Amino acid sequence: MRHTITVLVENEFGVLSRVAGLFSGRGFNIDSLSVAPTNDETISRMTIVTRGDDQILEQISKQLNKLIDVIKVIDFTDGEAIEREMALIKVTAEDDNRAEVLRIVDIFRAKIIDVTSKSFTIEATGAPAKIEAILELLRPLGLKELVRTGPAAIGRGAKGWKG
Amino acid sequence: MKMTGARILLECLKKEGVDTVFGYPGGTVINIYDELFSFKEIRHILPRHEQAGVHAADGFARATGRVGVAIATSGPGATNTVTGIATAYMDSIPLVVITGQVPTALIGNDAFQEVDIIGITRPCTKHNFLVKDVKDIATIMKKAFYIARSGRPGPVLVDLPKDVQIATAEFHYPDSIDLRSYKPTVEGHPKQIEKAVSMLMSAKKPVIYVGGGVVSGDASGELCGLARTLGIPVTTTLMGLGAFPEDDPLSLNLLGMHGTYYANMAVTHCDMLVAVGARFDDRVTGKIATFAPHAKIIHMDVDPSSIRKNVRVDLPIVGQVKDVLARMLKVVEENGDKAAEYRTSLGPWLAEIEGWKQKHPMSYKQSTSVIKPQHVIQKLRELSDSDAIVATDVGQHQMWTAQFFGFREPRTLLSSGGLGTMGYGLPAAMGAQAAFPKRQVMAICGDGGFQMNMQEIATLVQNRLPVKIVILNNNFLGMVRQWQELFFDKRYSQTCMELPIDFIKLAEAFGAAGFQATKPDEVESTIRKAFDTPGPVIMEFKIAREEKVLPMVPAGASLNEMVLNA
Repeated sequence: MRHTITVLVENEFGVLSRVAGLFSGRGFNIDSLSVAPTNDETISRMTIVTRGDDQILEQISKQLNKLIDVIKVIDFTDGEAIEREMALIKVTAEDDNRAEVLRIVDIFRAKIIDVTSKSFTIEATGAPAKIEAILELLRPLGLKELVRTGPAAIGRGAKGWKG
Repeated sequence: MKMTGARILLECLKKEGVDTVFGYPGGTVINIYDELFSFKEIRHILPRHEQAGVHAADGFARATGRVGVAIATSGPGATNTVTGIATAYMDSIPLVVITGQVPTALIGNDAFQEVDIIGITRPCTKHNFLVKDVKDIATIMKKAFYIARSGRPGPVLVDLPKDVQIATAEFHYPDSIDLRSYKPTVEGHPKQIEKAVSMLMSAKKPVIYVGGGVVSGDASGELCGLARTLGIPVTTTLMGLGAFPEDDPLSLNLLGMHGTYYANMAVTHCDMLVAVGARFDDRVTGKIATFAPHAKIIHMDVDPSSIRKNVRVDLPIVGQVKDVLARMLKVVEENGDKAAEYRTSLGPWLAEIEGWKQKHPMSYKQSTSVIKPQHVIQKLRELSDSDAIVATDVGQHQMWTAQFFGFREPRTLLSSGGLGTMGYGLPAAMGAQAAFPKRQVMAICGDGGFQMNMQEIATLVQNRLPVKIVILNNNFLGMVRQWQELFFDKRYSQTCMELPIDFIKLAEAFGAAGFQATKPDEVESTIRKAFDTPGPVIMEFKIAREEKVLPMVPAGASLNEMVLNA
C-alpha cells in the first residue's frame, strides 16, 4: 500500500543521508523523496512516498522516529493530505503534433516554458495522478525528457505543523 | 579562561565522571594526548589495537553500567573501531567513541589518514557528530553522553578535527540538555500496565522471557520481585543471563537455538509470554511462524521499534522496564491475596515444566580420558568467586558458558550477543578488570577467537590487570565445524586450525603465566593454580575436539524441533 510520510528533521548536515541510509539499510522502498527547509530555518521537511504492508509501514515510522535528528513523523493515510508534484516534460513537437501538445497542455492547465522548432518543454503541476495522466497522453507523441519533483504533502484542515 | 579544544574535551569527560578511557594515539589526536599528559584525573589504558580498545570500553560499560569511552586517531584508527562500535550497537551498550579527524580545511580532500568515519558509522551508532567549531565541543559532548546512556542505550561517535582541538574557547559545560527531537519514553502507560497485570493473571501457563534490557535497565530486582510474587517461570536470552538467578527454582535458564529443552518446550506450550527488554531475535525464536503458537504476547521495551518488529504483540508497553516492572509489581501487591491464589493456581503448569526438566536436563557425557568443555565451565563456576565477571568470545565455548556456568547476578556475563564478534572476550574482560581491579575477571575463549585479539595480553601485563584467560582448545573453529558436521557432511572446510600453538610460551613471551591441562583430572588443579597466581594467566584446556553444543535448534526450525543427541 502506498503511503505518504512527512518527516520534520533538524536542518543539520547529514540528515538526508541518515534517512536515506535507514531506508536502504532496512530494505524499505522509497518511491520518491523531496526535501527543503521550512519557514523555521532550523527545520527541514521531507515528503517520502513509500509502500509496504501495515507492519512495514509501522516499522518505517518507528525507525524514523528513532533517528535522533527526526522531530516528527506524520504518516498520511489516503485522503488526509493534499499532494502536489511538479513535472518538467520535454516532448517532441513537430508538424501536426504541435497543436495536439498545446491542446493537452491547455486541458491540464500546464505551461509551456521553453519552445524550439522541434520541441516543447512543459511545466505541469498537480496531484501525482494528474501528472501520470498528462504523461500518458504525451508519451505517444514522443517524450524526450522527464523530470519529476516527487510530491510535497500538507495536511487538510486548519491545523498546521510548526515550521 | 580559554582552553584548547583538546583540553575542553578532557574537561567534558571529567564532568561526565569518566575516570578511565581506552585509546590509541596518532597524528590527529596528538593534541588530546598532549593535554592528557598532565591531566591526572583520567586513567588512560593503551590497548594494542583500536578494536580491542572499543571492546574494552564496552566491557567496562557492561560491567559497571556506566558509559565506556574510547579514543582513536583518524583513518585506520577510526576504521579499526568499527567492529567494536557495531558490537556495542547490536547489544545496546552505552559508549562514547572519540575519533580524530583531519583539519576541517582538508576534509574531503583525501588527506593523509582521512576517512569519512561519520558516514561509515552512521548505520552502527545510535548517533554521531562531526564537531566543526571549538565552541560546540561541550554541548556536543553533553549530548553524546546523554544520547548514549538514555532510552535504549548505544554507542555515539564524536569526530573531532585536529584544528578544532587546537583552537581555543571558553569552557562552559551545560547542566542539562533538552533535545526537541529526542525524548525517550520512561514511564509505561498506567492503563497498559493494569491491563498487563490482569491479562497475565488470567493466564494458566505463563512464561517470562527476559532479554538484555533487564540487565542494561538495572531491573533485575523488579523482575525477580514480579516473577516470585506470582510464581511465574523465567527464561533468559544470552543477553539476559544473570538478570534472574539461574539456580532459582523458577529459572528455565537459556532459551533459543542452544537453550534448554525445558525452556523451549515451555515457550512452545505457554499461553502467555511476557517479553521484557527482549527483541525476538532469530536465534531466540527459531521459525517465527511456530514461535509460542498458543501464547498471547505482552512486550515491554524502551524502544518502540522493537515492538511488533518480528512477532505480533497483544499488549505493547513502551517504557523503561525498571519502571514498568515496578509498577506492575505494585498493582500485583495491592491485591496480595489474589497473587497468592494465582501462584497456587500455577501448580499444574510448574509440574508440567518439571516433567520436561526431568526428561532432558542440561547435560553432557563426562569422560575420564579427555577433557569435556562443559566440565571446565562447571569447575570454573565452582572454584571462582561468587561475584566473578565472565567475558566470552563467540562460538561453542560461549554457548557452553551460557549453558553451564549458572549466572546469578546481572552484569557478570559480558558477551557479544547480537553481532557475535569473535575476539571480543579478552579485551572486554580487560575493560571489566580496569573497572573492578579487585574482582575476579575471566575471559573464556576458544582457540580461534582468542587469536583474534591475543595481542592484548601485553595490555593486561603492562596495566597489571590480572585477567584469567581460559582457552578451550579444540584446534577447530568449533561452531562452524559443528555446523559442517551436522549440515555439510563433515566437510571441514577451513575450520581446522592445524598449527598447534604453544599458548604457555605465548603467555610467557608477554610476561604472563600459562598453565595447560590435557586430562580431566588436571582441570581442577589447573584452575586453582591459575586463580592463585597473581597477574594475568592463560589456562589452556585441551578439550574433546569434536564435542558439540547441544541441544540445538537448527537454523529456521521450530523451537520444539531440537536436536538433543547427535
